[in-house]
Amino acid sequence: MARIEVRKTYKLYVGGAFPRSESGRSYEVADTKGRFLANAALASRKDARDAVVAARKAQPGWAGATAYNRGQVLYRVAEVMEGRRAQFAEDVQRAEGLTTRRAEGAVDAAIDRWVWYAGWSDKLAQVLGGTNPVAGPYFNFSIPEPTGVVAAIAPQDSSLLGLVSVLAPAVVSGNTCVLLAAEERPLPAITLSEVLATSDVPGGVVNILTGRVAEVAPWLASHMDVNALDLAGVDDTALRRELEIAAADNVKRVRRAGHVDWSADPGLERVRCFLETKTVWHPIGV
Amino acid sequence: MTPSPASVVADPAGLADVTRSDAALRRFLHGLPGVDQVGADARAAALSTRSIKTTAKAFAIDLAVRMIDLTTLEGADTPGKVRSLCAKARRPDPHDASVPATAAVCVYNDLVGLAKAELGGSGVKVAAVSTAFPSGRASLAVKLADTRDAVTQGADEIDMVIDRGAFLSGRYLEVLEEIAAVKQVCSEGGADAHLKVILETGELATYDNVRRASWLAMMAGADFIKTSTGKISPAATLPVTLVMLEACRDWRDATGAMVGMKPAGGIRTTKDAMRYLVLVNETVGTDWLTPDWFRLGASSLLNDLLLQRQRMSTGRYSGPDYVTVD
Amino acid sequence: MARASKPKPFEYAPAPESRAVVDLASSYGLFIDGEFVDGTGGALKSVNPATEEVLAEVAEASEADIDLAVKAARRAYTRVWSKMSGAERAKYLFRIARIVQERSRELAVLESLDNGKPIKESRDVDVPLVAAHFFYYAGWADKLEHAGFGPDPRPLGVAAQVIPWNFPLLMLAWKIAPALAAGNTVVLKPAETTPLTALLFAEICQQAELPPGVVNIVTGAGPTGAALVAHPGVDKVAFTGSTEVGKAISRAVAGTDKRLTLELGGKAANIVFDDAPVDQTVEGIVAGIFFNQGHVCCAGSRLLVQESVAEELVSRLKRRLGTLRLGDPLDKNTDIGAINSLEQLERIRHLAGVGDDEGAERWTADCDLPAKGYWFAPTVFTGVSQAHRIAREEIFGPVLSVLTFRTPSEAIEKANNTAYGLSAGIWTEKGSRILRMAGAMRAGVVWANTFNRFDPTSPFGGYKESGYGREGGRHGLAAYLDVH
Repeated sequence: MARIEVRKTYKLYVGGAFPRSESGRSYEVADTKGRFLANAALASRKDARDAVVAARKAQPGWAGATAYNRGQVLYRVAEVMEGRRAQFAEDVQRAEGLTTRRAEGAVDAAIDRWVWYAGWSDKLAQVLGGTNPVAGPYFNFSIPEPTGVVAAIAPQDSSLLGLVSVLAPAVVSGNTCVLLAAEERPLPAITLSEVLATSDVPGGVVNILTGRVAEVAPWLASHMDVNALDLAGVDDTALRRELEIAAADNVKRVRRAGHVDWSADPGLERVRCFLETKTVWHPIGV
Repeated sequence: MTPSPASVVADPAGLADVTRSDAALRRFLHGLPGVDQVGADARAAALSTRSIKTTAKAFAIDLAVRMIDLTTLEGADTPGKVRSLCAKARRPDPHDASVPATAAVCVYNDLVGLAKAELGGSGVKVAAVSTAFPSGRASLAVKLADTRDAVTQGADEIDMVIDRGAFLSGRYLEVLEEIAAVKQVCSEGGADAHLKVILETGELATYDNVRRASWLAMMAGADFIKTSTGKISPAATLPVTLVMLEACRDWRDATGAMVGMKPAGGIRTTKDAMRYLVLVNETVGTDWLTPDWFRLGASSLLNDLLLQRQRMSTGRYSGPDYVTVD
Repeated sequence: MARASKPKPFEYAPAPESRAVVDLASSYGLFIDGEFVDGTGGALKSVNPATEEVLAEVAEASEADIDLAVKAARRAYTRVWSKMSGAERAKYLFRIARIVQERSRELAVLESLDNGKPIKESRDVDVPLVAAHFFYYAGWADKLEHAGFGPDPRPLGVAAQVIPWNFPLLMLAWKIAPALAAGNTVVLKPAETTPLTALLFAEICQQAELPPGVVNIVTGAGPTGAALVAHPGVDKVAFTGSTEVGKAISRAVAGTDKRLTLELGGKAANIVFDDAPVDQTVEGIVAGIFFNQGHVCCAGSRLLVQESVAEELVSRLKRRLGTLRLGDPLDKNTDIGAINSLEQLERIRHLAGVGDDEGAERWTADCDLPAKGYWFAPTVFTGVSQAHRIAREEIFGPVLSVLTFRTPSEAIEKANNTAYGLSAGIWTEKGSRILRMAGAMRAGVVWANTFNRFDPTSPFGGYKESGYGREGGRHGLAAYLDVH
């Protein structure tokens, strides 16, 4: 007789813990053929609020860690993912309906993406900052700094690679992130949160919600303690506009939605979106 | 801004404490607020853009003439040279009696008696450079004898130099005591020579040092503090004068007493002089805007002031043939 | 104060810069497609705020005028400017820089007439920086592939630029120079109260023989700006001004593909520690809040002083403020000019009144205000707390709020406790403390032992509600290239 499998309960990932939605709600997640996969937590506006609080709390410590340390933490994520490669491949395959080979390719690319960004942590300041030769007796330099708390709506199509491609560039520079997983394909994101919880990522640096974009995103877009918004996964144009309008209330930096080939070389564009440039002047004298 | 030098000095006992030992004096001087070089330079540069025109310029030219310590400090100085300098000081423009006399003439010690005789009751003072001017490299005994020589010849003012070597090596108490000793000589035998203390700021290298040396000189009893001997470059500059004026201002805040200020060396044009007067006017205020409290150590400046004065009174540009060469 | 009670033997005679160098017409049209044309909208009067005299009438561009301007910019972009090599674009920008230098006196006088700022500032700060800005970005035009944005960075197209009245010509330069260097064409709207130097700049474009349509200047008020920003033919919007209008613009471009950069308001903390170089600190405080009548978005409007030295510092500051010379902006010795408009003057008066009502102690420098024109004497509020409106809202005038702190962490907390994040000042002689404080400031520009310094090579822009994007330096190119 076949063994009855032990199913996993998929929960939210907030502040390093795995709570259920405070609303007590969940929604059914199916594979691409409509077969039931799991019940995912249906995050509410209060879950979003809690995630922002956790992200804000974690932000100074994460930004204050050395770049070397952040790079090691991101690399550690890649290491731990590598160890669970098979599980991720299965998750992605079921979520996106890919062949095994293509699902594995997506997982490999996601792992490699962590590695790529891990290496950037201690190079960004050199590549994006520098000294400025002002016309006067002043030492003047510009450095990139994290913008703060980034709320990201993960891509709907690419459930793991797309998500990592949105998450890693936001956090590598010292931002913390509240991420809303792909609405219909949230399970790889939850598996990723288990990886994050066990790979030295401080609690609150990454917070992953599952639920409805139309319900949760407006609360993130209007939240006055969120500094930036990545709309990668907002496909509805009317909603996109509504979110951008809400984001204006505290002058959020907005990375608009748009077609992205998640398998392509990402460059630094997404990193730069969530960086501020600070310029410091000091006189030169004796 | 701590420890507040003001409160320490205002209290005579505190002042005594400060000068009790080299260590205490050092702590005090190094506790003075720092001077940011770029900021001080910028402030002086900003003030030098003031545009002094018409009535203000006429006022400033005459004031500048009245503030001049007309100086000759050459190895080749002779009685003849000093006589003509004195004549120029008394009456700068032979064709225009409305030009005021300068504040003083400034000469080497051996010519003090001659200058005194020449200037008679004109009110023009005689300043003598003493204490092994300009280097100051002599024993204290020689410096005091040098000063005594000038005072007994009737010098109204003594321009002494500090021991920059001692200052730069941190022997502040030695510098202070030397100034105090010279000061004492200035009033020996009923004399009342005013003491100007030359910091030779060109050798002090930093504005922090200039501020410390200014305080040191004032604590030792200086009547005036003076930038330079004129023998070292850079001599007077606007920012150095600014820093010293600020020290004078803070000294008055702390003690209630005024100390005069004399930039010397490199001040050649009317425009230069205007800039110094603006500096005084806008940093320490009008109390210092008299020959009693501000002097300009200069020689060629006077003729440029006269040329400008002629230009203002006649409406046309004058030329070097219309001022006297001395 | 001492200044009032004592005679002033050395009173500076008036030293006015001649306004004859400026040849003002009685009315001006719009600069579209290389020509001055009559607008189809109404007209505005530009007033000298120091005398309330009308300087000239300028057109108020209508939606139809805006459409013409945007189309001219598009044509110039497609047919000429985007096809031209960077090296050739550079030459036009160098030409403009040189003409600005050649006509600097005229530009400075006109700026002071129209804006009310002291001639010494327009002459020594604004106009030289304008020339420097064009010179700097001219050099980038043929080097964009080396700017760190990939091998072939592309321009965006037509840029709509809306600028404020506090640095009319300088803000124009900050907008136009990088836009043109990167290969964009522009439609720029100067502020309603200060359009004249932008119109003179249009003439400079003609002298430089800049191809028609590359720069278009449309004058007008709020509705003109709104129409420009909303025009569907615009690819990029750049705005400098109030946070309130910046948010409205952000909402207006929501859902479009228009790129947006914003340089908005500020409420900068200028933090003074007990070991600060006191005399230079006083100067820095003065430069921080009284430069340009405090009409500066990055003004050091919140003075945070370590409690142990607060009393001494404030008394030194007041003594210094007593020497500021307020009056005729064209007088070369004027330190404080006129408030740019009656509207702004009323806002400053209102907020200062709020300061009184909230119980802060008002001190005003003793100076006579001219009978005509818009004036506000340098003012310091002490006893201000973080909860006071004058410590939170941007006054945009010569009003300083003084607060105190006890420890570095308290200073950091108070400095960052604002929705803004444009600039900050730090005064201490201790190097490690400067770097720690500079790192902790949530602000785009940190001046340590100096304040209100600007340079074309130095990126400028805000954190938080002070906006996003940078102007100046290599970073400033990003706003006008097809990169995020």
